[in-house]
Amino acid sequence: MIQASGLSKRFHDKKRGEIRAVDNVSFVAKPGQIYGLLGANGAGKTTTLRMLATILEPTDGTAIVQGYDVVESPEKVRAEVGFLSTATALYPRLTSQEMVEYFGRLNGMDEATLKKRLDELFDRLEMNEFRDRRCDKLSTGMKQKTSIARTLVHDPPVMIFDEPTSGLDVMTARSIINFIRECRDRGKTVIFSTHIMTEAEKLCDVVGIIQSGKLLTEGTLAQLREKHGEEDLEEIFVKVVAPLYVEPEAK
Amino acid sequence: MSLRNVGIVYRKELREALRDRRTVVASVVIPLFLFPLLSVGFGALVSDIVNKTEEASPKVMVIGGDDSPGVLAALKATPKVEIVSAAPNWKDLVVEKDIPITVEIPPGFDKNIADQKKLEVFIYKYSGELKSESAAGKLNDSLRTYRENVVKNRVVAQKLPVEVLDPFQVTQKNVAPAEKSGAALFFGGFIAYIVVFLCFNGGMHPAIDLTAGEKERGTMETILSSPIARSHLVVGKFLLVLTTALSTAALSVVSMGISFALVHALQAKTIQAGKEGIEMHIGLGAALSVFIMAIPLAVLFSSIQLMIASFAKTYKEAQTYLVPMIFIVIIPAIAAMLPIDLTAKLALVPILNVSLLCKELVIGTYHWNYIAIIFTSTCAYASVALFLAVKMFQRESVLFRS
Repeated sequence: MIQASGLSKRFHDKKRGEIRAVDNVSFVAKPGQIYGLLGANGAGKTTTLRMLATILEPTDGTAIVQGYDVVESPEKVRAEVGFLSTATALYPRLTSQEMVEYFGRLNGMDEATLKKRLDELFDRLEMNEFRDRRCDKLSTGMKQKTSIARTLVHDPPVMIFDEPTSGLDVMTARSIINFIRECRDRGKTVIFSTHIMTEAEKLCDVVGIIQSGKLLTEGTLAQLREKHGEEDLEEIFVKVVAPLYVEPEAK
Repeated sequence: MSLRNVGIVYRKELREALRDRRTVVASVVIPLFLFPLLSVGFGALVSDIVNKTEEASPKVMVIGGDDSPGVLAALKATPKVEIVSAAPNWKDLVVEKDIPITVEIPPGFDKNIADQKKLEVFIYKYSGELKSESAAGKLNDSLRTYRENVVKNRVVAQKLPVEVLDPFQVTQKNVAPAEKSGAALFFGGFIAYIVVFLCFNGGMHPAIDLTAGEKERGTMETILSSPIARSHLVVGKFLLVLTTALSTAALSVVSMGISFALVHALQAKTIQAGKEGIEMHIGLGAALSVFIMAIPLAVLFSSIQLMIASFAKTYKEAQTYLVPMIFIVIIPAIAAMLPIDLTAKLALVPILNVSLLCKELVIGTYHWNYIAIIFTSTCAYASVALFLAVKMFQRESVLFRS
């Protein structure tokens, strides 16, 4: 379970002054559900998810993840979370198995439990063929599987995915989508950010639309269709976002 | 502080470092092979060139002297030179390095000597050029001997004893132990320089790789999403940087010790150890003392390197910050080779204090009061630097700088 309340993040930029990357965002993501955070580039999705994963600290507000406050107990929150994004790369000089083992140990797993869990994961994700291959020698698909095994090694009840299919080919993206569904089916709380409407339609039980750091609307697909009088999610998205939309600045 | 977590990070970083060609080359290959090759091998090469130059018999042109067979005979008797008459373009030949020197004998030299008139002989050389300087030295020796004989003959002609020319002699004698004086002092400073330089250089690549390198590769966000506390993470990384810094310094001292011992055993006098023939060696006790003093210095360097490198966004950016720091580090290390003595004030100057102390330790001098001051002060500087490195690593604005 994730309960975000008044979550905000401000940054200071020399040229632009204070930037409200996330502005008073509140929502609830429940176990056995996929909560989709839908937004354009620069809308505040990544910053929100980084705060939930305690990689960034909120400026205001907080979130409770599996009963732990992200501000007060960030390490306990991280132990309950599996975080996957296209930015979470692998250590190139470790093998696939060493990579997953490392994160198992950092999550406090003992060696016997870790070994059992590794065998189970490597079988389930069909990774045995390349378990001893260095990560810099893996294909994109193999790397994604290793990343998935890395996030799952400690069997976290909460999964956070930040645009996990961005830049991936169709087959690899499809395997990620299936994996996200599997997490929901196993009763995990899943939060997932994307700017791809079809992905959101296929996957999400609840969708929240974010723009300029503000959560503008949320609900099930049916609720959103009824509320905004549009059938197509893309049309709903444009209708909601258009008043606040600004072209993201080049970094 | 969870030692378990720090240990997990350290072991993982060590495993990656041992698989990283750049770290292995910088921390193992260079200290083991390159520095002995440079110091011993280069010394041998220079010695060989000098010996060959001394043994060679270059042609030396002489202007004049046709009316002075006495001085000409003296010049011709100079060992390992061939005297020939000067060509009209002798100056060009010297400048073009076709001949090393030309000697000019003034007209009527022998007659003027007999008349006890003051004369001047010129040696035209290519200043700083090895062959030219060597030939000039040989001719200078020869002419000095000739001059001394002229003076001696004059004294004898006056029926005075020859001893009148040399009423007393001055003899310098070294009373300090051979292993603590002369070239040994320079050798001690050189070892200190190598240790300080390699302590810094050895840790530089890992410090960048584990911070800015991780940001660039995208693994920083991966590790920050794990439950490990950032302080544990940075301490694990710091220990790896410290390990490479210390192993680089230790390996270099050991390899240099072995190199010098080998050179000595083979009696290859490739190192210009001074006229007294100082044995260049590092005793086990001295090596151990230097290593112990290098520990807080390596902690200081590793912490500063981590702190600066973690601020950078990319490997290259970190390099632009850290590479110029080598000069800040080696200037006090080079100063240790100068005749500077340790004082209470200098014992508080970071880097210079350890460099000066290491110089003393290598030659077997133990000033326990300075050792205490230097060890304590360096530990204090190192603690502050490590504290700042940990704090820096916990700042979002540093880790996610854009």
